[in-house]
Amino acid sequence: MNMMEKRTSLFDNWELTQLSEPRNYQDPIDISGYDSPALIRHLKLMYRIRFAEQCLAMGRKEGIIGGPVHLGVGQEAIAAGVSSALTTSDRVFGAHRSHAHVLSQGASLQALFAEVLGRNSGLAKGMGGSMHLYDQKNGFYGSVPIVAGTVSLAVGAGLAAKLQNSTDIGVSYLGDGAVEEGTVHESLNLASSMKIPVLFVVENNLFASHMHILQRQPKVSTARFAYANDIPYEVVDGNDVVEVALAASRLVEHCRNGNGPAFLEAITYRWYGHVDWREDIDVGVNRSDTDLREWKKRDPIKRLVSSLLEATICNDEDIIGIEEAIKQDVDHAWELALSDVFPGEHTLFDRVYAKLEQRI
Amino acid sequence: MHLKTFTYGSAILAAFEYLLENYPEVFVIGQGLWSPWYVGNTMTDLEKKFGIKRIIDTPVSESACTGAAVGASLAGMKPVVVHPRMDFMLYAMDAIVNQAAKWSHMTGGQAHASVCIRGIINRGGEQGAQHSQALHAWFAHIPGLRVVMPATPLDARDLLISSVLCEDPVIFIDDRWLYDLCDDLPPITVKPLGLEGPKTLCKGKDITLVGIGFSTHLCLEAEKILRKNGVSSEVVDIRVLNPFDSSEIVKSVSKTGTLIVVDGGWRTCGFSGEVIACVVEAVSSGVMKRPPVRLTLPDAPAPTSSPLEKMYYTSVEDVVSAVLSVLRLSTLAPKKIVV
Repeated sequence: MNMMEKRTSLFDNWELTQLSEPRNYQDPIDISGYDSPALIRHLKLMYRIRFAEQCLAMGRKEGIIGGPVHLGVGQEAIAAGVSSALTTSDRVFGAHRSHAHVLSQGASLQALFAEVLGRNSGLAKGMGGSMHLYDQKNGFYGSVPIVAGTVSLAVGAGLAAKLQNSTDIGVSYLGDGAVEEGTVHESLNLASSMKIPVLFVVENNLFASHMHILQRQPKVSTARFAYANDIPYEVVDGNDVVEVALAASRLVEHCRNGNGPAFLEAITYRWYGHVDWREDIDVGVNRSDTDLREWKKRDPIKRLVSSLLEATICNDEDIIGIEEAIKQDVDHAWELALSDVFPGEHTLFDRVYAKLEQRI
Repeated sequence: MHLKTFTYGSAILAAFEYLLENYPEVFVIGQGLWSPWYVGNTMTDLEKKFGIKRIIDTPVSESACTGAAVGASLAGMKPVVVHPRMDFMLYAMDAIVNQAAKWSHMTGGQAHASVCIRGIINRGGEQGAQHSQALHAWFAHIPGLRVVMPATPLDARDLLISSVLCEDPVIFIDDRWLYDLCDDLPPITVKPLGLEGPKTLCKGKDITLVGIGFSTHLCLEAEKILRKNGVSSEVVDIRVLNPFDSSEIVKSVSKTGTLIVVDGGWRTCGFSGEVIACVVEAVSSGVMKRPPVRLTLPDAPAPTSSPLEKMYYTSVEDVVSAVLSVLRLSTLAPKKIVV
């Protein structure tokens, strides 16, 4: 079977009936031949993301956090897997659900919490909040809530790398909803036509706010747009951190070798609703109790833990030790962030421009 | 001092050549760059001199190309986006207003979208409503953007250089109707954009005429005719609309007591209203001898039919008769009055 036939049969004409069915892929993930220390790193990062997100959920529920938080609990394997193929000199852009992305590039927990709390020590000095994150020294150039707002920016950052003769790449994290924006189609065409080194990572969690993808698009797989623009792509189980990491590694190498853009679609599901901490079972025609329960069995963390235990790379005490250490880090970071000061009033005006000269 | 003759159009070309020669981080991206038609003579042969990697003619994708320029500017480049008509920029509004303009503020001042977005006003010739717009008022309203509109060959060259080298996102608006203006220019000196602002081009005592881009040229032509008829006009060219510093205009009106703003945009919520508001707020009571006047486009899209087009655009005669009317030197009412 050639690649095109294989893809078509695997993705069953872009319908993804297998991949999008939560009852499939609940088993431990296949870690055979994969580097053990890397597996532990993936696990720790996923725990870090999960506990940070749950801390934010609690903070929001208790009213300590004043603004909306869009949480990616359940989707951790994607940021963890993709980031393992990236460096801090790559140019990563995100969207409204990007706590995982910024943490995966190496952002400090305290600086993330401080940003969400509007504190001066936040990633964006308290000026952006949850939806406008920034950590450029670690390669996270920015995230914004305008849907698909950063996709063309990531293409441009990739273009800059090409003009600078660098092997760095642009990375655009986006969701299945964002793919409906016109600018994404322009960006795919532009990146392909100009062979720009940029990786598009679509976290397809089957929902855009309250609407299921089949209420908005004729097919489930957004990779059809990569195919339409002659961009190499892979579609993976987004809750299998090893599968994500391996696919990302292949696609990133394609980009770094001057072969143009690449596209990774990772199928997943979010445990909370579109925004804040409720599960929102009652919101959206197709979000049900049953679905959520099955997707929780497809938990990326649980599946990796099962694999590690089965392969005796870890035992139960190791896992508990990892969980507790990270929980402590998260709690400690939260306390520190809460005790930080807010930005001064002058900051409202002195960051509008790089510098406001005084004219005579 | 060694002077060389340029037109407004060739002055823009000279600016591009200077930037591309001296700043490897500068590149140009937009539609029509490899064609002789779309951007007049302002980009002629640049791709032959500097290569198609740095002079990028693009797919028909204003949104992604402008966004890509924003992204490249965050990654150490200084791109210039060229939109052959301002009308086409509207597809790129998110990249300009939501992303570039706000990037510095949203990141706590840690990153800046150092991109220059060039929009060309290209109207008349029966091209109609979607090939005509002067949208400077929209961009002047947005905190975080700088907005520049040169009216002279010197400014077309030097303000473009300043705009491209500026750390902030700059909307640079030039005007096809000025491309044949001629002047002798000194060698290039680079001036920081933040130090540039409105300039008095011509001193006078009877009336202050304020222009923006092409309308400054109308004011200068009107000034010559008025001078022959015994009226002394002071002409102020705005040049930088955002951040807007009205002090030069306030100083002038404090002297003349009479103000006419000539603006190539529409009347309602146009930039001329902002100029008048700033002046009225700032001058002491009793300074204004007469209410201020604005000459603008009527609140209608641009027509294609020839007589309607003639009626639509402000002419030098319109400015002259407005001045004479305001100074009560003529019984004719100013031509452009709101209906």
